[in-house]
Amino acid sequence: MSDQAVVGSFAPYAAQRAGERGARARLAIAGLALLLCVTAAISLASGASDASVLSVLGQWMKGGVNADALSLRDRVIIHDIRLPRLVLGMLVGASLAVSGAVMQGLFRNPLADPGIVGVSSGASLGAVSMIVLGGTSLAPFTSLFGNHALPLAAFMGGLLVMFVLYRVATRGGQTSVATLLLAGIAIGALAGALTGMLVFMADDSQLRDMTFWQLGSLAGATWSKVAAVAPVMIAALAAAPFMARGLNALALGEATAFHLGVPVQRLKYVAIVATAAATGAAVAVSGGIGFVGIVVPHLLRLLIGPDNRYLLPASALLGATLLLLADALSRTIVAPAELPIGIVTAAAGAPFFLWILLRRRGMLDL
Amino acid sequence: MIQVCTLRRAMAVLPMAVMAFAFALSPALAEETQTALPKDARIVAIGGSITEIIYALGQENRLVARDSTSLYPEAALALPDVGYMRQLSPEGVLSVGPQGIIALEGSGPREAVDVLKKASVPIFMVPERFDRDGIVDKIHAVGAALGERDKALELAASVSADIDAAEALTKDVGARKRVLFILSIQGGKVMASGSGTAANGVIAMAGGVNAIEGFSGYKQLSDEAIITARPDLILLMDRGGANGITQEQLLANTALATTPAGTAKAIVRMDGTYLLGFGPRTGAAIRDLATALYGAKVRG
Repeated sequence: MSDQAVVGSFAPYAAQRAGERGARARLAIAGLALLLCVTAAISLASGASDASVLSVLGQWMKGGVNADALSLRDRVIIHDIRLPRLVLGMLVGASLAVSGAVMQGLFRNPLADPGIVGVSSGASLGAVSMIVLGGTSLAPFTSLFGNHALPLAAFMGGLLVMFVLYRVATRGGQTSVATLLLAGIAIGALAGALTGMLVFMADDSQLRDMTFWQLGSLAGATWSKVAAVAPVMIAALAAAPFMARGLNALALGEATAFHLGVPVQRLKYVAIVATAAATGAAVAVSGGIGFVGIVVPHLLRLLIGPDNRYLLPASALLGATLLLLADALSRTIVAPAELPIGIVTAAAGAPFFLWILLRRRGMLDL
Repeated sequence: MIQVCTLRRAMAVLPMAVMAFAFALSPALAEETQTALPKDARIVAIGGSITEIIYALGQENRLVARDSTSLYPEAALALPDVGYMRQLSPEGVLSVGPQGIIALEGSGPREAVDVLKKASVPIFMVPERFDRDGIVDKIHAVGAALGERDKALELAASVSADIDAAEALTKDVGARKRVLFILSIQGGKVMASGSGTAANGVIAMAGGVNAIEGFSGYKQLSDEAIITARPDLILLMDRGGANGITQEQLLANTALATTPAGTAKAIVRMDGTYLLGFGPRTGAAIRDLATALYGAKVRG
């Protein structure tokens, strides 16, 4: 129904309009980059404590380490709490938003997001398995990977779903997007059932851990976590620009895209692997953070149009910015305690999404 | 052909990802033996019973913050709340400028604890067990952290004697009554406590028998399991105001209504932190519960 509205306006005959739009989109991307820098600076400077970024930066630049207790505390806050959190927030936000944009292009469906093909359910299953079985059946895994056992299990869960999906949906070298979508829903339901079984087995403290994990949080950000997921996310994000033209062509239909010289099968494959890896990694380190993947690309399409060459980088920038803003809110609303970030993104994202839908409906009615 | 080669390439991603995680493993922080916190140290208490013990030791002037489960004594509510004990925010905790943290086992998450250690805040983890010796050990651990071993010894002795006396009340009652602790009723479904829970511990200490056997933690009960459990008394947390489970809600459940407790309307509500806290007030809680169970017989 809405293919036309979402991507159809990018069409060769509208070249001149597209040119104007391109200029506007480039301007918007520059603006978004600036906005991200400002947000990052604010995020680094704000928090529950009064740690001063400037004094810590000053200490770093002088190279001298002043070891009195207060400055040590400030250094830990800036260097070990806010900075890794900032980096992780940007990576997670960018990954979720770009994954959403790529999936919407790939499935030619404005409602697609990484959750819909079951990757998030698989990651949840991995995480919940570690929470419930980490001390018993999976104890060797826990002792091998320590604090990273949970994110690693989540990541593996997401990837596993993706591989199963890919095998199910590919026959004779052709991946059927429709089969992939339906199989994704089925596998997501299966993962949900297994998660439910673990929920039943869990004791009450594990249940509480699970609940908080599913609400999502960047509170566990550490440099080692950043180092663990950054390569996966950066690789996936770096692959996005190479998909842009292909995704644009795909909007005209698979056959047309193929005749335009797009290696459709390879495009589908790369898009699925990249989004699954990026989403799996994001869910692994931050738990369930909803609505970024679906809201950001939609908002940007209204702003700069559906051309993926601009949409994908803009999604990365806006996704990162929005997640940093949500995180800043989650850290300060109930300080010194902290609200799980998933609550903030869903509470702000859901009404916003409704608003977008209402606007879109208005446009369609015209 | 394409499929085989892409799939194989994809399979290579998995071990690479595993290696990326493995590389990022940081060496675990060594646990050093800790000396007591200095007298003027600013302390954060995490866990309701820890806060109670600190007050009972008369050391509350050293407290600068508490967690959201620390609801007793009322004076503690005036302290800043750093959040739920299992979901602490490292920066939030650091923002109150603590020089020491005394936390109940299970406080976390682990990352938050690691960051706090990195910021050179000494953390004392106090283990929890749901019996008398568990409480005594808790008091000793908190006393050691505060450098108040003598006061802790005194408090532990009086609390321990109090619990012994309360437990002795029910020593000679003949038939033990069966108690069903209900955590919540959601949509008519009963969530009850099995073994290994605080409720299970306090019921046993009050001379009762947990009506639920065969599972640990809190689980939803089927109607048949409720009837089979044959509780003589239903125990609930009193959450104050309209938040609690109402009498109507309980008796609307046919299975519950037909149990001995249901027909006799033997329903007891007790404050959650009082009943399940396993701190200095547990002796009194046991006495209250024993009285509710066996009445004048045990009032001695």
